[in-house]
Amino acid sequence: MKIIVCIKQVPDTTEVKLNPETGTLIREGVSSIINPDDKAGLEAALRLKDACGASVTALSMGPLQADVALREALAMGADDAVLISDRAFGGADTWATSSTIASAIRKIGGYDLIITGRQAIDGDTAQVGPQIAEHLGLPNISYAEALEIEGDTVIVKRQFEDRYHMIQVKMPCLITALAELNEPRYMTPGGIADAYRNKEITMLTRADLDVEDQNIGLKGSPTRVFQSFTKAVKGKGTVVNLEGSEAAAWLVERMKEKFIL
Amino acid sequence: MNNQEYQGVFVFAEQVDGNIAGVTYELLGKGSELAATLNTEVTAVLLGSGIEGRATSLAQYGADRVIVADDPVLATYMTEPYVKVLTDIIRQNKPEIMLYGATAIGRDLAPRVSARVHTGLTADCTKLEIQEETGNLMMTRPAFGGNIMATILCPDHRPQMATVRPGVMMGMDPKADAACKHEVYEPVNLAASKNVDILEIVKKVHKKMDIMDAKVLVAGGRGMGCKENFKLIEALAEALGGAVAASRAVVDAGWQEKEVQVGQTGKTVRPNLYLACGISGAIQHLAGMEESDLIIAINKDESAPIFEVADYGIVGDCCKVIPSLIQMLKELK
Amino acid sequence: MIFQLDKEHELTKQLFRNFAETEVKPLAQEIDEEERFPYETVRKMARYGFLGIPFAKEFGGQGCDCLTYAMCVEEMSRVCATTGVIVSAHTSLCAEPIHKYGSGEQKEKYLIPLAKGEKIGAFGLTEPGAGTDSAGQQTKAVLNGDHYVLNGTKIFITNGGVADIYIILAMTDKSKGNRGISAFIVEQGTEGFSIGKKELKMGIRGSSTTELVFENCIVPKENRLGEEGKGFGIAMGTLDGGRIGIAAQALGIAQGALDETVAYVKERKQFGKSISAFQNTQFQLADMKTQVEAARLLVYKAAWAKDNQKMFSAEAAMAKLFAAETAMSVTTKCVQLHGGYGYTRDYPIERMMRDAKITEIYEGTSEVQRMVIASGMLK
Repeated sequence: MKIIVCIKQVPDTTEVKLNPETGTLIREGVSSIINPDDKAGLEAALRLKDACGASVTALSMGPLQADVALREALAMGADDAVLISDRAFGGADTWATSSTIASAIRKIGGYDLIITGRQAIDGDTAQVGPQIAEHLGLPNISYAEALEIEGDTVIVKRQFEDRYHMIQVKMPCLITALAELNEPRYMTPGGIADAYRNKEITMLTRADLDVEDQNIGLKGSPTRVFQSFTKAVKGKGTVVNLEGSEAAAWLVERMKEKFIL
Repeated sequence: MNNQEYQGVFVFAEQVDGNIAGVTYELLGKGSELAATLNTEVTAVLLGSGIEGRATSLAQYGADRVIVADDPVLATYMTEPYVKVLTDIIRQNKPEIMLYGATAIGRDLAPRVSARVHTGLTADCTKLEIQEETGNLMMTRPAFGGNIMATILCPDHRPQMATVRPGVMMGMDPKADAACKHEVYEPVNLAASKNVDILEIVKKVHKKMDIMDAKVLVAGGRGMGCKENFKLIEALAEALGGAVAASRAVVDAGWQEKEVQVGQTGKTVRPNLYLACGISGAIQHLAGMEESDLIIAINKDESAPIFEVADYGIVGDCCKVIPSLIQMLKELK
Repeated sequence: MIFQLDKEHELTKQLFRNFAETEVKPLAQEIDEEERFPYETVRKMARYGFLGIPFAKEFGGQGCDCLTYAMCVEEMSRVCATTGVIVSAHTSLCAEPIHKYGSGEQKEKYLIPLAKGEKIGAFGLTEPGAGTDSAGQQTKAVLNGDHYVLNGTKIFITNGGVADIYIILAMTDKSKGNRGISAFIVEQGTEGFSIGKKELKMGIRGSSTTELVFENCIVPKENRLGEEGKGFGIAMGTLDGGRIGIAAQALGIAQGALDETVAYVKERKQFGKSISAFQNTQFQLADMKTQVEAARLLVYKAAWAKDNQKMFSAEAAMAKLFAAETAMSVTTKCVQLHGGYGYTRDYPIERMMRDAKITEIYEGTSEVQRMVIASGMLK
């Protein structure tokens, strides 16, 4: 069985802080990580490799530094890695990103299962996975909490707000993984040495992909950013230093003033 | 794509088990505002099986027209049949705007529809406005994990699509006798489009009130110290007639269930009162509650960011303040 | 000469850092207070190959270099010195001598399970009457046909009681002095080999430190490591490598203390401002950072030297000497910067100070390191 796992290198947005003086984001010193939903997808693929010898290809679209994320995937046990990188792909929205990735997947070919994360912690759109499936004409099941292979089908526990569906779908298909799917394994020191010394990351540039200019990069993006800004934070209220019952009494008075009580 | 050919504001009317999702009404409210500015109509698109009767409530909450696709294959949400029907309806009707709830359904349906129709989709919008000069939809959403806001345009493709998180927009007050046009969409050979099998549907057992419906929320963070101390949060919530909520750290630590998590990756709430106890106020948490009418925070650390958004803040020990507060509230009754 | 970690080592350091923060740190205080050996952590480390880092894949190891191993000990020790020494004693003092001096069969039988972390290793040289004067071995090994009979006691043995495999030094020919000492591989459970007293210590309290008792213990001849009479050389060579591990442990402790203290001084307010605003605090932090950086360079260089030079005793000794004294001085200053809170167990800093002390003592006291360094200079 051949599995392609799409991963994205993202800044650890939980570490990002706001500069109180300028109101802008402090991005330096924020580490780059494999997007958590994607990592769970990668782990799911590696477990299938452990269980039934599936081959796992890690794929990422990004700047050259995304190389580190792919090395991490190799060090965890992926068999090979592909980096889609070219200036021409820059500034892409989800349509252009998914078109680009789909063309790379078409080029790789021979896959049974594609796994992506549900959403990235920087973009938070949850769109690229389903859109890749659409470009490739594959069924997709999103929000996978659990997954199992049965013959030539996948059985997925698909999460909804107040329930889940057990869904069976024939391969080839695309699944988007939730971080809750599993606890991803760590790399091993030997795996890292291997990833850097014995493995090659295949680079795919614009010239290598069969995709139209009108579907890639900034020009190929139906949506564009008009402006971005840091949120106007609600003004600071009244803060007091009181203890125990004094504090409680003060709060009760305030709540009465605001008609909560 | 000639934008002039596209007219009308469409809303995907999400329903589960025949019940219209709350977010649908919120979208109809917002949709009506947008339609008024654009001098056009709001159309609700309802897919399901045996759901004809639900059309009335959609009209009451702002729909000028309802298109109903009623077919056994649409009884339970499945990606492909829903995408196929919706795509057809969009191609036939050419709306300029289409709104969906950013729910587990919407966030699967909308991307696929937008790809099939080749248009732009903006997710988790918190603000929707019409740009005066162009009539384009300005879609504002959090990005970078909620650290910044971005306003997105879809200038050259139609329909302009957006998903909106439940609890963000306001629904209208229902109009008792609202008139509304009724259209039927007849799916053809829909069963052939089914490409998955639903083996089982399992509902999660709900004991607690959904935090998104609560008027008062008492939320606990890591500063509460331990799982046992959440009894204080529960007691205070009861005393105030509200519900218990939690920060992500608390849910990750296993002290509370995910359903009560507030924040960027949890739920967005806007209760009348949000009482944050032992919550530091990281941006990801604020993203889920800063629209609350009144925010009160109790925290040992006076530099905790939560105090930047709190209307009233106590620098003190939650485990000492809360019991006193509970006592005083009991006495007041 | 490159003073920056290459991408491979950077990613590996991150691996160790993440593992330490997520899996090791949460248990650190508990295992110290309960004096409990962290079996669960050892199992996890074994799963990811942390107990066989510098050994070739054919021996069940990870095939990495000494620097990678040193970084592992450093990062574990940064959050828990106990966990650091478990890795260090196992790898440098037990698995490494079998790797360096063992026969093919011995490597097959003992090195592979040690490298895979299926078995834990320990090293028994120190005796009640032989500490710094390690050549004064009283434990005897008498050849009797196809086996040796061991009699004697070892004390202060790290991983004692939890290890499955022990490297034991014993006197085979008293008349030859140093050259009458031999090394043996002894398995736990061997008749006549028992675990004696478990030490109650100032620091690294989760580490199991025990007495080993040999009473007519039968050790098969094929378990002798290296030739008869070569044991002392094996022990000294082993300790050279072990010193790099302890130097890395001390480095980790110092870095951990410094990191905790930087966070603390930013938070703590006195006289209306954060104490990090006072120049006294700033100067102390600057001095400590400089020392820790210097220690790091010595430790990493010693690790490089082990892989690239024939002799590395001086480098290892300097690294251990400096890193250990740095750990002690840095942790002491850090407790001071924490004030009264630093003396309580609410904060990890008092444990780090208690943990630091042993690095100046075991695997060769600082005095011994000075002897090694000076003798190298005065040849």
